[in-house]
Amino acid sequence: MIGSALISGLGLGSMYGLLALGFYVTYAVSSTVNFAQGSSMMLGAVFAYTFSVRLGWPFVPAAAIALLLCALYGLAVEFLAVRPFASRGSNAWLMATVALGIIADNTVLFTFGKEPRGLALPWASTATTVLGVHVSTLQIAIPAVGLALAALLHWFSRVTRHGKAMLAVVQNADAARLMGINVPLAIMAAYAVSTIFAGAAGIMIAPLSTVHSDMGTVFGLKAFAVAILGGITSAWGVMLAGLIFGVVESLITALLGSAYTQILTFTLVIVALALMPHGLFGHAELKKV
Amino acid sequence: MKRLLITLALAAVLPAAAQEPIKIGLVTALSGQSARAGEALTRGLQVAIDEINARGGVRVGNQSGRKLELVRRDDEATPAKGVIAARELYFKEKVAVLFGGLDTPVALAIVPIANENKLPFMDPWAAGTPITKNGAKDNYVFRVSAVDELVDKAMLQYAQKTFNARNCGMILVNNPWGESNEKGLRAALAEKGVKSAGMEKFEPNDIDVVPQLSRLKSAGADCLFLVGNVGPSSQVVKSLDRMGWMPPIVSHWGPAGGRFTELAGPSAKNVHFVQTYSFFGKQSAVGEKVLKALMAKYPDIKGPGDVTPAVGVANAYDAMMLTALAIQNAGSTDGPKVRDGYYKIDRYDGLIKTYTKPFSPQQHDALNENDYVWAQFIDNQIVPVGVKQ
Repeated sequence: MIGSALISGLGLGSMYGLLALGFYVTYAVSSTVNFAQGSSMMLGAVFAYTFSVRLGWPFVPAAAIALLLCALYGLAVEFLAVRPFASRGSNAWLMATVALGIIADNTVLFTFGKEPRGLALPWASTATTVLGVHVSTLQIAIPAVGLALAALLHWFSRVTRHGKAMLAVVQNADAARLMGINVPLAIMAAYAVSTIFAGAAGIMIAPLSTVHSDMGTVFGLKAFAVAILGGITSAWGVMLAGLIFGVVESLITALLGSAYTQILTFTLVIVALALMPHGLFGHAELKKV
Repeated sequence: MKRLLITLALAAVLPAAAQEPIKIGLVTALSGQSARAGEALTRGLQVAIDEINARGGVRVGNQSGRKLELVRRDDEATPAKGVIAARELYFKEKVAVLFGGLDTPVALAIVPIANENKLPFMDPWAAGTPITKNGAKDNYVFRVSAVDELVDKAMLQYAQKTFNARNCGMILVNNPWGESNEKGLRAALAEKGVKSAGMEKFEPNDIDVVPQLSRLKSAGADCLFLVGNVGPSSQVVKSLDRMGWMPPIVSHWGPAGGRFTELAGPSAKNVHFVQTYSFFGKQSAVGEKVLKALMAKYPDIKGPGDVTPAVGVANAYDAMMLTALAIQNAGSTDGPKVRDGYYKIDRYDGLIKTYTKPFSPQQHDALNENDYVWAQFIDNQIVPVGVKQ
């Protein structure tokens, strides 16, 4: 029982982590986030379904195009719902991103339909037994891809020139601008990456679940809790918090019963944040004036 | 002279007014996830109405042959929209009887409007027990459909008889429908003195139900009682696949509402769920007549497999026929008289069964646990269990 719950928890947890990394990326660069990350996740799944099932494309190109469209959506979020407000020092992007998410959800509702659809991947349903626990290939692939994407982000930001430029923006946007770094471009890139992460989570979750317009709503909310819990300023912290959240959620259900899952999981989030206000792996920001 | 002309004009209009059609209302989901079910209700009602009109309509008192006319409104599966639509149909369109409430929450929201205004409300789908057992002194709500508390008894009986189950676990969606069935299943288990492996709830949007199912498995469950709409039900089946656990699954009729095989994958056929009717197999004379009428009217129906969900069509057809008899017995379209008209129905050879005194002041449900059939999905069709492999 605990083995199955751990595997479920790690799978879901890595997806919470991936979505939460999306919050981290944009927050680090611009101190803003797309509150409707759940909608970005849903778009990934809906695009992948449309290309692979309705248009009959092979899965890999379908997923690649879906992620590209997600990146474009990320740019649209930044351009329409963040930049006009953040550039004038307003916090209205909070509401604007939520509003854009609702618009995206409803647009999908009208075009894709309300009926949930199934995205089946034949390779995903093959299974193996690990230490007496039945595990499907997808359940192994999901955390593996999740962690690989997190590692890729880490490598990109620490090793590549563009990544270092983004880190410079994180540290001091004005100084970065004076050094010739294109700050608006760095912020746009952050939003594209953020939405790609969410889209990837959506594509991976789709075969486990069903594809429909509000599939990301609750998931996005939990991912935001994860981002805060991890301390939104630490990439690995956010990913680790996702895994912890997923595993704790699964274990509570398996050991105590589903009646307690939401109550206990979110109580633990509040307790953890009360004890460590900057998150499990975050640190207090120093503001020099 | 002017007054005479008006009188003459009125005289010319009045006989026509006397022959005005009787409006029958339908509030159901016509868009969204449950649109297919709403369409099935429409088709069942329309085929019945066409049949009644073809034989000259309904005799109401001394007015012979008043035709019936269907007026539909979309409730989008939300109670607030259902209430607005019900008020419009009752008070503006002046329907004689309102059909509807595909979803239990929508039906429950319409019940007080019907009872307070003494207007008949016929439920051809939603199974929530309190819809007809609503506690009102003057109850105007009737149903030709499954009833949760009876379905729950039937689920236990079927699990014991078919799978020799001794220790079933309950996996129920976390909403009022799941709650209604939790009560019903617990009562059914207590009545038979049977123990259960436990009860677990899951959210309609849950991606993974493995932790809940693992609990039931480790409690020794040898079968599962499943209650959830088509999406959530498919989550349970997929989670079982991931666990490599294949217990018998006895389900309420949630899976029947959509593309269950597409959503749940090849294991969808393991779920046996309750239905009130199937157009497969040998049909009665009424069954053959209705299927023929459906095939003639709707080009997309080429055989029994295309009448889907069949329960919607069958329940609506019988409910409309019983309603026509009630109006005829009442000799009026006045609410309280129509209600008494339902009580006066003596016998009707229907599609689902032969109804003998189906309604009384104490009994507002025309179907019971003996009228249920068990079905499964084979490919994309709902067929009675064992008919196809």
